[in-house]
Amino acid sequence: MRSERANSKTNDTEQELEELILVEKKTKSLVLVGNPNVGKSLIFNYLSGMYAEVSNFPGTTVSITSANYKDYQLYDTPGIYGVSSFNDEERVARDIILDGDVILNVVNALNLERDLFLTLQLIDMGKRVSVILNMMDEVKKKKLRIDTKKLSEILGVNIYETSAIKKIGFEKLDEAIKSAKVGRQDKPIQPAVGGLKEIYEVVKVKSHSLLILEGDKELTKQYLLNYHNDDLREEIYINRRNRVNEIVDLTESEDTKQGIFFSKLGRLCLNPVSGIPILILVLALIYFFVGDLISQRLVNYTENTIGKNYFEYWTKTFISKYTSVDITAKILNDNNEVIDQKTFHFPNGIDSDHIIYQSFKNFSVNRNNEKSFHFYHPIPSFFFGEFGVITMTLTYLIFLLLPLVIAFYFSLALLEDSGYLPRLAALVDKSFTKIGLNGRAIIPIILGFGCVTMATITTRILGTEREKSIATAILQFTIPCSAQLAVIAVLLSGAGLKAILIYSFVILLVMILTSTILNKIIPGQSSPLLLDLPPMRIPQLNNVFKKTYYRTIGFMKEATPWFFVGAAGIGLMQLTGILEIWHEVLKPFTVQLLQLPKEAATAFVMGMIRRDFGAAGLFELDLTAEQIVIALITITLFVPCIASFVIMLKERGWKQGLIVWSGTWIFAFLIGGLVSHIII
Amino acid sequence: MQFTLDKATRGQSLTIDLLPSGVIKSQLIRFGIMEGEKVTCLDRLVGGTVILQKKRLEIALGCDLAKSIMVTDEK
Repeated sequence: MRSERANSKTNDTEQELEELILVEKKTKSLVLVGNPNVGKSLIFNYLSGMYAEVSNFPGTTVSITSANYKDYQLYDTPGIYGVSSFNDEERVARDIILDGDVILNVVNALNLERDLFLTLQLIDMGKRVSVILNMMDEVKKKKLRIDTKKLSEILGVNIYETSAIKKIGFEKLDEAIKSAKVGRQDKPIQPAVGGLKEIYEVVKVKSHSLLILEGDKELTKQYLLNYHNDDLREEIYINRRNRVNEIVDLTESEDTKQGIFFSKLGRLCLNPVSGIPILILVLALIYFFVGDLISQRLVNYTENTIGKNYFEYWTKTFISKYTSVDITAKILNDNNEVIDQKTFHFPNGIDSDHIIYQSFKNFSVNRNNEKSFHFYHPIPSFFFGEFGVITMTLTYLIFLLLPLVIAFYFSLALLEDSGYLPRLAALVDKSFTKIGLNGRAIIPIILGFGCVTMATITTRILGTEREKSIATAILQFTIPCSAQLAVIAVLLSGAGLKAILIYSFVILLVMILTSTILNKIIPGQSSPLLLDLPPMRIPQLNNVFKKTYYRTIGFMKEATPWFFVGAAGIGLMQLTGILEIWHEVLKPFTVQLLQLPKEAATAFVMGMIRRDFGAAGLFELDLTAEQIVIALITITLFVPCIASFVIMLKERGWKQGLIVWSGTWIFAFLIGGLVSHIII
Repeated sequence: MQFTLDKATRGQSLTIDLLPSGVIKSQLIRFGIMEGEKVTCLDRLVGGTVILQKKRLEIALGCDLAKSIMVTDEK
């Protein structure tokens, strides 16, 4: 495979960004700039031989990916509609563009109307630009005609036609970089002349002066200028917009009217009469794929058969040759009820006593059974016992989580690539405004079902601090991430339909209540929805697989150390007796309030490290269907994992982060207890 | 006839008469939604979210935003 994980540099603060630029300023910088969803990342991947994520919905890349390309430092930027500072993505992109030596402006040929605004702005800024006119294959398919030569003349820069998905035209990218030049700038509008001159005398940089003239507050502040004029920006924008319209009229012609299948499908997704059934269908498909096929059938096999019966059994048997052990074999009937049970003692390891070992084998052979190993010594017990750092962790990670996480990321990638998500955002907008968000917030929330940590970063796409706060609280409090969801799906589907309904109802209710209350108490107003809807398309399987692969690898890399740390921590707590004390301390809550066995407290310790790890801890307990529901509700609402907690502190600050974190403690137990006393 | 955009119906051709002021206006202008411009209402969802079409560009506008935009029906 050509790609490798990109040396992705996520820049959380402007300061880090500046440092990054300073360090890398020695080489020239080459910046890929374009509207969302135009193929920048595909070009980045091609040039760098590395991997940057490709999506079919606006507003997911809030970070910069960078790589070396020949003599250049190459940057991939978030998709933007213009250079300004209306939101976080624009701010991040703006800084890189201002410092860029060469700009490759990627333009969607199907959407010149929209994309050329940015192109003209880049040219007006006096940057060296080449235009990559992408999606030319689609243009031909749709019987559109674009007069590239004329367009190039008008803009005063070179234009290169490509189809990024098929890598057509990529051989000319090098030439595009070399031939980048300053284009034909707008005949300055009258009030701007004086203003621009005045600013330029102080600032000395054309691109900076133009943005200041267009009312960029941050840049203005940077130069200690006292200049702000919203009306002038509007005037410049209207003028630029009119130029775009003229250029499009001159260079583009259409042979047929569109109205083919996909634009119809796109419309059907929006219409409530068909949109809601489509939503239900999409959710049902995901449920059958992730919730049933993978989490029930496949995981049942991988976890119990491969993981427990083979991997753990073989490992434990191997260890038992060298150390003292008691092995308990439980014979189960078809309903997994214990019908017979026997414990075999091997004080000198299983090899030392062939007669007992044979009778143990005879007892369990050809019968549905479960074996548990009890090692006498603490060290084998620590690594291979009940919470064995090696046995339990590997089974959870590889045989339980891995298949589920792959399945989830795969479904998510399909959804992202199809262009469905922005339509979903439009569909849910009205309901979301009632809870202080706009439809855009569906994107971090859906991503949250993948990984809450990642989703918390994505809240940056929301327009106001208020919305970011509300969305972060919802994410950290009520949204189970894919790994936790996986474990929940396995436990819940075992507990029956009623359990699923109660769980979903309670979590949804808590989500609505939380956001409604926050909407009431946080001052201010939320921003309105203004969203560009990319065309629906058949997901590019190649891209879907790649994305699933890289995200899964990323997830496993992040999760694995935490699982070992967590298992080691629990193992130590068990060995030293602290676990027992913790059980007693939490007993009033677990036993009286939640009506769970006191061992459930272990799950809460584990849950602080990783949410899924916490839910996985419930596997070890023998719970009734009602208890499963209560335990899962509590663990879902309970504190977010360490990683997302840290990100939350970073994104939302100490005060807010700690309020949300401690709030989850109180409300998880409170709501869990309430439900417990209602249903038990 | 002049009305606010949230009252538009599916398929209507509209002329934009007045946009709300501030940063949102600049964002609308970038998308080509300017005073005097002609657009088509592709759809109006329950609750008033409006989908506008201009050539191949489709843009969703939330209900509150739609309420603050004045338009005239072509007819």
